[in-house]
This record gives sequence, structure tokens and C-alpha cells, in this order.
Amino acid sequence: MADKMIYAVYDDPEVLKSAARTAVTAGLKVSDVYSPFPVHGLDPIIGVKRTRLGIVSFMFGLTGLSLALLGMSYFMIWDWPMNIGGKPSFSLYQNLPAFIPVAFEFTVLCAAHGMAITYLIRNKTLPGMPARNPDPRSTDDKFVMELRTSANPGRNAEDIVSVLRGTPASEINERSSH
Amino acid sequence: MEFTFSKRARTLTLVLIVAGLLATVVGIMGDTTDHHQRTWASLFVNGFFFFGIALGSLYFFALQYATESAWSALLKRVYEGLMGFLPIGAGVIVLVLAAGHFGHLHHLWHWMDPEVTNPDNPEKYDALIAGKMPYLNTGFFWLRTIAYLAVFLLFARWFRKRSLEMDRQTGDVLVTNHKTNYRRGALFLVLFAVFSSMLAWDWIMSIDVHWFSTLFGWYTFSGIWVSAMVAAMVMVLYLKRKGYLPQVNNSHIHDMGKWVFAISFLWSYLWFSQFMLYWYANIPEEVSYFMVRVDPGLQLHNGFRWPFFITFIINFTVPMVLLMSRDAKRNPRFLMTVCALILIGHWMDVQVMVQPGTLGHWHMSWLEIGMFLLFLGVFIRVALTTLTKAPLVPVHHPYMDESVHHHI
Repeated sequence: MADKMIYAVYDDPEVLKSAARTAVTAGLKVSDVYSPFPVHGLDPIIGVKRTRLGIVSFMFGLTGLSLALLGMSYFMIWDWPMNIGGKPSFSLYQNLPAFIPVAFEFTVLCAAHGMAITYLIRNKTLPGMPARNPDPRSTDDKFVMELRTSANPGRNAEDIVSVLRGTPASEINERSSH
Repeated sequence: MEFTFSKRARTLTLVLIVAGLLATVVGIMGDTTDHHQRTWASLFVNGFFFFGIALGSLYFFALQYATESAWSALLKRVYEGLMGFLPIGAGVIVLVLAAGHFGHLHHLWHWMDPEVTNPDNPEKYDALIAGKMPYLNTGFFWLRTIAYLAVFLLFARWFRKRSLEMDRQTGDVLVTNHKTNYRRGALFLVLFAVFSSMLAWDWIMSIDVHWFSTLFGWYTFSGIWVSAMVAAMVMVLYLKRKGYLPQVNNSHIHDMGKWVFAISFLWSYLWFSQFMLYWYANIPEEVSYFMVRVDPGLQLHNGFRWPFFITFIINFTVPMVLLMSRDAKRNPRFLMTVCALILIGHWMDVQVMVQPGTLGHWHMSWLEIGMFLLFLGVFIRVALTTLTKAPLVPVHHPYMDESVHHHI
């Protein structure tokens, strides 16, 4: 059976939140919400898991720190020992304070870029990727809630629509996936 | 809700004070340094450290008004409570300064001796100190000290008085007073920006009188700030555990944890910037301050190397590793432990600032620990007593509703 998507369109974030609460209370699973701006407090209602982007960022930062220290100990200590300002140049430990600024900057660089790129890939919003937005008005002033029959086993499209009719949706659209 | 100073807390602070006093007396009897220098240094370190917590709270209080922050409206009284120690701390600092300058009871501030700037005394004359005379002379020094303390005490008194008045006001009067607080807060920040740096040069940096650092003021200020954030955190967690401040939720605690985390980084950044640049340039008159503290050869002789680095580890690595995750910043028991550790770390930091220039050797036993317990007991007692004098949550505050619904 083909997957059916039902889109309920709302005019206001607070109305959207109460509608989402109604749908969840009726035992429905809300697949996604498209909105012009982040709606505070929506995530727990529709059961979005907390982001793991922070962990990713930490790992990218750690990678950056290790790479920076590894690189500098190779360039400045091992391959071609540099005498800068008469500092002893025979071990990483003795020269560490001089390497901290570079290590810090490289940590930040890797963490920030890694986090941003991960975010774009995970959301499938890298430059040039096709927009997944079902309704362009949700980038302007509409709040669109998406429910799928595939995510709601045992409920058919009419059932879902009848629940949504009980919420102050300005319109309800149905679409089949290909 | 009114706060009552429980019998148990009264007994505990009294035990702290008595135990601290006994240990201090034992320490003073064992103090063999010239002029009881060690006792005076310890008194100054603790006076300054706890004065710093009160001052940092005053600063943060003013900052909340100047930035029109809403989330912290619920916590206003906690900062007022911590500010209660300000007059005592100021008194201790003035006492130590006056004992050195007028009483000649110690020589923590070597430059106060008029002979070191007297060219007719070739034995004691110090050309470097004499060169600093236009700024570092006792007359101007006292003028500055009095100016800092007067401004801090006047603002603290004014904020407190106005805060109690606002409990009885509503409507337009309340809003007008809130806007006045906003302007006074901003004015205080301007004065504090200058004075916080200058008091660090005057009271602490001038101990190592031949040395100078343009970063020293901010470094000291960041230490004061993070100590205040940590103290406020411990106080709020204590109050919550006792069932007070029911409206303070996880998000408030989380945000306070972020402040501890962020300002620990600010402190570490400034600590490292100061250290790294002097270490790198390695110019004799500039590196002298750090030679005493980090030189491995001198460690055997004066013992400052390990306290210096352990302080950095406690104040940087501990908050970085332990407070990075979101869950850590929402766990009261964990936060309490980490905050207590950081508080001790910043107390150690003041010891490492003061001891090398005044004592020459690392001292950490009865006298230092006893004095710490004594001051801690007095500080907690004063803070809790101040809290009993007004409703624990401000009765009227224009941002109260926003603060109660704080959610992140």
C-alpha cells in the first residue's frame, strides 16, 4: 500500500502546538513539522529526540586538537627542530605553551566546521540539494504538520484526517508518495 | 517566602568559626616569620578572596539590571545575601593595609617603606620603585583605595535599599524604579570596569613591585567573577535542598552552571595568556614573577611550582571536563561537589598571587586553613543572616513572570 502523507496547515505556532498535542493524545505519530522559525517547546510534544550534535562537535574538537599537536610536533620538533626565542626544542612537553594557541584555534576550526557540515548533511540541506519542504508557505507564515500512514500502523488516512479536523487547521491536504 | 536560619546551620557555621579560630591561633603561635608576616598575608588573602565573592555578586547584580536580564529575577536576593559580606571584607583589607603602612606591623607591600624611594639612602634606595612614584605613592594609593571601597559600598547599600523598597511597590512606581536601577547598574559597570583592574594592581600586583602585567587586572577580575558565580550556585543549591525557592527550576540551575563553565574559561584564557607571553618573550624583568612560581630548580627551594599548576588544573580542567555536558549542569549533587572544588581552587589562586612576594616560601597548614575556615564561617553566617531579612523571592519585579517561566 502506498504511503500517504497528510499535511495540516496552521497560522500560529501556539495553535500548532495545541494541535500537535491533540494528535499525539489521539495516539497519532507526528512525522515532522515545517515552520518558518524554531517553535520553542514543540520537540517534546511530537517526541523529537534530543540532538547529538554536541557530542559530534566534541569529537571533531578532539580530532582537531590531536591533529594540531601531532602536526606541530612533527613540523617543529621531529622533522626540523625550530629554535624560536632560544626555547628548548627537543620535546613537545617543553614547548607546549607555544603550541597551545595553534592547538586551540585548530580545535575550534574543526569543531565548528565539522558541526556545521554534519548538520547540513544530516538535514540533507547541503547547497544544491533539492528542498524537501512540502509546502513553500511554511517558509513564510504557515506552520505545517506532517503525518504519514506508514508511521501510524493500524490507522488509515481518513482516520488521521478526522482527528486533524478537530483541530483549528486552516487546511488539510493529502498526498501520496511515489 | 521568608528564609529562616535553621538551628543546624547556625551550629555548623559556629563550629566553622570556632574551629577556624582555634586552628588560626595554633598557626599564629607557630608563625616564626619576621613581623608575623605570614599571619598578615593569610589575613589579606582571605579578606580579599571573600571580599571578592561579595564584590563579584554586586557586579553580577548590577550586570543583570544593565543587561535587562529576566531569567535571574528570581535569584536577586541570593546575590544580595552574598553582598552582605562586602563591608567586613572591605574592613579587613583596610585593616591589613593600614597595619602595614601606618602601624609598620608587617611589610607585605615593600614599596610603602619611604626609605626605598629616598635617594639619600643608598642602602635601601630602589630606582625602579622610585620611577613608579607618580602613581605608586602612599597618598594617591589611599585615595584610590578609599574611592574603590566607597563606591562599592555606596552602590551595594543603594541597590539593597532600593530592592527592599520595590517589594512594597507596584505599577508605574515599580517600573520607574526598575529603570533607575537599569541606569545605576550601567553606571556601576563603568566604574567597576576601571576600579576592578586598578584594585588588582594596587592591592596585589604591587606586592611584586618590580613586575607589571597589563593583563593582571582582568585576570584578578575573572577570578573574582567566577568565585561569585560558584558561591551563588552553592547558595541556590543549598536553599533548594532545604525546600526554598520552589520556582527555581532546572533551567535556572543549568544557566548558572553555564556561567560557572564560561567564566572558568575566561579565567583560564587570561591566566594562560599572561603566562604564555611572558614565558615566550623570556625578558628578565618580565619573567621574574613566573620564575619564582614555575622554575623547577626553585621548586625545591620555595615550593611554588606545584601549587601554581595544581591551581590551574583545578580551575580549568575540572570545570571543562566535568561541567561540559548538559546533564552535569542539571545534577545538583554533582554541581555542588564541582563548585566546592572550584571555590577552593580560586582561593589557592589568591594564595599563589600573594605568597611568593610576601613570604618567599609556600605555606599551607594550620594558619592558612584555619583562617579560611574562620572566614568561610563568618561569610556564610553573614550571607544567611542577610537572607533572613527580606522575602527570599522579590515580591515585585517587572520580570518576575518571565523568570518564573524560564525554560531552555
